[in-house]
Amino acid sequence: MKEVRYIRAITEALNEEMARDESVFVIGEDVAYPGGSFSATRGLLEEFGERRVKDTPISEAAIVGLALGAATQGLRPVVEIMFMDFLTVCMDQIVNQVAKTRYMFGGQYQVPLVIRTPCGGGLNAGPQHSQCLESWFAHVPGLKVVMPATPYDVKGLLKASIRDDNPVLFVENKALYGLKGEIPEEDYLVPIGKADVKKPGKDVTVVATSRMVHQSLEAARTLFEEGIEVEVIDLRTISPLDKETIFQSVEKTSRLVVAHEAVKTFGVGAEIAAMVAEEMIDCLDAPILRVGAPFTPVPFNLERFYLPNAEDVVRAVKKALAY
Amino acid sequence: MKKETLLQMHYMMLKIRRVEERILEIFAQGKIPGFIHVSIGQEAVPVGVCSALRPDDYLSNTHRGHGQALAKGADLKRFMAEIYGRKDGYCQGKAGSMHIACNDLGVIGSNGVVGGGIPISLGTAFASVYKGNDRVTVCFFGDGATNEGTFHESLNLAALWNLPVVFCCENNGWAEFTPQKVHTKLENLSIRAESYGMPGVTVDGNDVLIVKEEAEKLIARARKGEGPSLLECKTHRWFGHFAGDAQKYRSAQEIEEVKSFDPILKFQKLLLEKKHLNPKDIEETEAKIKSEIDEAVAFAEKSPIPGIEGLLENVYT
Ligand SMILES: Cc1ncc(C[n+]2csc(CCOP(=O)(O)OP(=O)(O)O)c2C)c(N)n1
Ligand SMILES: [Mg+2]
Repeated sequence: MKEVRYIRAITEALNEEMARDESVFVIGEDVAYPGGSFSATRGLLEEFGERRVKDTPISEAAIVGLALGAATQGLRPVVEIMFMDFLTVCMDQIVNQVAKTRYMFGGQYQVPLVIRTPCGGGLNAGPQHSQCLESWFAHVPGLKVVMPATPYDVKGLLKASIRDDNPVLFVENKALYGLKGEIPEEDYLVPIGKADVKKPGKDVTVVATSRMVHQSLEAARTLFEEGIEVEVIDLRTISPLDKETIFQSVEKTSRLVVAHEAVKTFGVGAEIAAMVAEEMIDCLDAPILRVGAPFTPVPFNLERFYLPNAEDVVRAVKKALAY
Repeated sequence: MKKETLLQMHYMMLKIRRVEERILEIFAQGKIPGFIHVSIGQEAVPVGVCSALRPDDYLSNTHRGHGQALAKGADLKRFMAEIYGRKDGYCQGKAGSMHIACNDLGVIGSNGVVGGGIPISLGTAFASVYKGNDRVTVCFFGDGATNEGTFHESLNLAALWNLPVVFCCENNGWAEFTPQKVHTKLENLSIRAESYGMPGVTVDGNDVLIVKEEAEKLIARARKGEGPSLLECKTHRWFGHFAGDAQKYRSAQEIEEVKSFDPILKFQKLLLEKKHLNPKDIEETEAKIKSEIDEAVAFAEKSPIPGIEGLLENVYT
């Protein structure tokens, strides 16, 4: 094992997959010479050259469309969109083109395409550089949506996404880029569509995504001191959702809290809550509770009031137990 | 130019016309679901352009794309089955008139989103460069689509990267119910090319030989690695925006007048003058096309309607 930061785990994944497969190329704004706005693509140009590491104009729709066309011809593009908020300016290409190409044309094409993009607050980047919009994309059949929280998962899942023959929206988290964690020296993959029990426990299930995985683990440590054993599930993939892992846990704990950084309303938490309510309501001993951001844009200098945190998770877990 | 080439172009223009006329008829009988956009009056554009393409070249088509797919060589039976929404269609009945793609012919897909196909055409062109082959991409779109951001982003990037793509604007003077003078200040849309650093040409899109000649130059240029270009072909949409459009926004006089630009009659006249064709040949071609269409329609009508078993298929691999 070795210790790496989340951002370098991404770089390693890109490096290894590009070395392994000639059809993989990287494309985006400032990804080649500058090495990426957050340095994820650092060193790739030097290693693989201009043919495979492409700086582009600020033209997100053209970039995604180009990647789609190339993917239909057997290439494996990895697109970087600088901030998740900017997916809005290539929404047609992602939702109407990329996601539908395989289905609409009767299976004539495979679309092995990855769009990497960072979400999240914590950097005081303001309302147009901080959003978590994963639920929009999880709502679109034809896309996979992956959202890793640790260096280990981000590397293994990025490699799996690049090898997947379907379009994957790969949601990184800016606030996690500096996070350190252990990864193996050797090649490994983390399967798409598999959640991970980050901490076992018997009292309450907390299903969390991205940065909220760490907040939930912190909450679990606090609660453990009070004798409450929380099971923390890191969803890792939003779509396809790993029902099985969630159901198994809820069967055991009978109490469910879902925690994500996106606004609570109409979010991934709503889907999970509805799914559990539909299929295993008899198992539940308390209402399903959601932790998420308030229904406002991400405020520049009021982030501390906005971002959900470990205390919010603690409160929700206690409320579920008190029911 | 070889006589066979000329006759093939004549055959193809006539075939597109008759196929679309038949589609309108069948649509009116209620046998075809969904939306239909015909390109009657515009046949010289796809036929002129595609006669300059190789079979392995790529073509990105539009919602008004029947002619584009057929001119690239689409099999009429599978094409018709797709229009009917049947299992034997190119896309197993999941695409219909507005979304036909034929992977084996490099027809990468008609698009229901105006301007949506333009960025995708960059990708097939990029793949040619990446793989080191000389396959060219032709990307069709209408005059209306040139006001979409995708058009501008794509032309800029294609020029910058010298991609082997010919952007072909089928300018029929209308974007749905809005005439060109209401959607742009420009008269010749090809001048937009210059601002992106590529050549732009406007030609008479009702003259198949002129279209072919210009397309040949631009395609050859792209194939040699000299980069993209914009070809604007001015033509006319004879019918409504979609099948069933009463065209209340258009004067009866204009609807009549545009027919005087018939690209097929114009070409026939030339072929008759040059003695490449005689009236009997035309009759024979018409008869051949009619029997092909009859056969394709029969094939489509016999082809199974997709069942529920395919509903969830191909969302993912
Ligand atoms: C993004 C988008 N906006 C609007 C429409 C509705 N629409 C369909 S075709 C069309 C007109 C397109 O005009 P043009 O590009 O000139 O093509 P033509 O129909 O003349 O072939 C419009 C507005 C659409 N399909 N997509
Ligand atoms: Mg038009």
